[in-house]
Amino acid sequence: MNRVGIPRSLFYYYYGNFWQDFFDSLNIPYILSPISNQEIVNKGIKIASDEMCLSLKNYLGHIDYLKDKCDYILVPRISNFKNSNQTCTNFWAAYDIVKNKFQNKLLHYNIDLNKGKTLKKGLYKIGKEMGKTKHQIKRAYKYALIKDKKRIKKNHIINLNKLKSDKTKILIVGHPYNLYDDMIGKDIIKYLIKNNIEVIYSDKFDPKITNPLSKKLSKDLYFKYSKDNLGSVVYSMKNINGVIFISSFPCALDSLANELAMRKIKIPYLNLVIDDSTSFTGLETRLESFLDMLGGKLND
Amino acid sequence: MTKIAFPQMGDYYIPATFLLSHIFPNDEIIKAPKITSKTIELGTENSPEFVCTPFKYTLGTMIECLDKGANILIQMGGGCRYGYYAELQAEILKDLGYNCQLINLVTEGSASLKRINKLLKQINPKYSKIKAMYYGFITIKMVKYMDEIDDYIRKNIGFEIEKGSFENLKEQMLITFSHINSYRNLYKAYKRYLKKFQKIKVHKPDNRLKIGIIGELYTVMEPFSNYFLEKELAKHHIEIKRFTNVHYLLFEKAHKYKKYQKYSKEYFTYSMGADASDNIARCKYLCENDYDGIIHIKSSFCTPEIGAMPIINKIANTYQKPLIFFSFDSATSETGIQTRLEAFYDMLEMRKNK
Repeated sequence: MNRVGIPRSLFYYYYGNFWQDFFDSLNIPYILSPISNQEIVNKGIKIASDEMCLSLKNYLGHIDYLKDKCDYILVPRISNFKNSNQTCTNFWAAYDIVKNKFQNKLLHYNIDLNKGKTLKKGLYKIGKEMGKTKHQIKRAYKYALIKDKKRIKKNHIINLNKLKSDKTKILIVGHPYNLYDDMIGKDIIKYLIKNNIEVIYSDKFDPKITNPLSKKLSKDLYFKYSKDNLGSVVYSMKNINGVIFISSFPCALDSLANELAMRKIKIPYLNLVIDDSTSFTGLETRLESFLDMLGGKLND
Repeated sequence: MTKIAFPQMGDYYIPATFLLSHIFPNDEIIKAPKITSKTIELGTENSPEFVCTPFKYTLGTMIECLDKGANILIQMGGGCRYGYYAELQAEILKDLGYNCQLINLVTEGSASLKRINKLLKQINPKYSKIKAMYYGFITIKMVKYMDEIDDYIRKNIGFEIEKGSFENLKEQMLITFSHINSYRNLYKAYKRYLKKFQKIKVHKPDNRLKIGIIGELYTVMEPFSNYFLEKELAKHHIEIKRFTNVHYLLFEKAHKYKKYQKYSKEYFTYSMGADASDNIARCKYLCENDYDGIIHIKSSFCTPEIGAMPIINKIANTYQKPLIFFSFDSATSETGIQTRLEAFYDMLEMRKNK
């Protein structure tokens, strides 16, 4: 049986649930790589060149884990979503890097709306490669799409409710593949929750609302995921006490977009850059002092 | 009065100054000072931590231009995050207390003439479109001629008999080019200098070393940012092949991309942003032709090139060609680069004599 491997990194945090619904509905067996751990990251660092960003290194580690455990590995290529919504160039290159680094068979599709390559076309291509009929694929795609829309709506409502909470509210701005990854940002969020902070995730807002809002902070920005992030800052600015920017070293988009946001917003912020050698103790000290500062400000 | 300035790259400040001074005859064009270590220090001090080096270079030059009195800055770029430089740089300069207007001619790598036209009109309402088109045409030709002559120089400068003859003549040429006022004039000057260059005596041995330079476009084209790599190679009597120049970026890249993709389709399927996929194809070209070594240079944190590096490495491995990577930062030491370059050169020499 043809088994598909899904690396739990990078694209997974945008499309993972969607893929799972899609494959479930098509009856295609798949395996997920485990939650990131030190071993996977170390493997990734060994495979990657040393200047790649931590997230990409982690991604390669996940693929290395999957390489003998499945027949296909799902590696999409995402380039742009039209109307000045590009993605990071690492997303453009991921497929080719993996293709050259590993001998595995890859399942891939290309999202490039400027050239008319949509997610729908991509998934149809994948379904065909796995030997499914058009009808089946259509049903699976619709099913996954509806579920995805519901998920976005639900997340947005949860976030809105969080904004009304009485606790200290902190907006975490970062790419989901950094925020929810155990080796990158998860510890920070765990620490905040432990300290009784209401954590609001930037990516859980509906991108359709946040994306156009980013114009208020930055006119020329043309990176989709950075736009979503900055838009969420604008969207929730009045209701939050502080912002924490989390990025992996050296993230191309965050280096510019976050810097611009930090220069423009007028609420307390903390910028955390996570490297493969970052220790949590160092971060803890900075988080602690940030929380103290917020607490002091609240009591004034 | 408006004083216009722009960050410089290599010798291209001459056509740019020519164009601007003719479109805006009443305004002053400020020539950016040559990049020095002070420029980089200024840029690094005010830049975000892990932005790529061209940002630091251009920001440093901008600050120096503003200190000289400029109030309008022109920036262009696209393809990767270069297109987004302008907005952040404007914000940084504003925070530093400078009062200036930063105009970004190209965003996202797509240059629409309509937009450029509108932006130029902002600088000076008296700006005339027809004049701009005429001088734009001459400028494009000037860039083309400069690139052609540079190509010739690169092939021969390592073998000149009288030291410095190429460089002196090139300096003369640049001065002549900057005083040109019509296309006829330019064409004549170009032909004249081409003949002069061809007359310079060179001694080219048959077993000379040939090296191809590929890499990130700014670092390749601005000699200060690659620590005068080409000059260093010329000292060792090496023939240099370089692909990237402004003419290539403006006019050839769009239609050459398809060719490149077809040529090296086993290595990449999709564009990787900026020049990364071009470099993969070039690497294959250099491997298949009789070049002795490949030098890949980039500024640190250049994301598209980082993506291309493992693939370039793989190509060099399959063809068994020596390949060296240089990543230039504002804090790179020149001695370190020289040592690595010398070792690389020695290795090539030994391979050649084997």
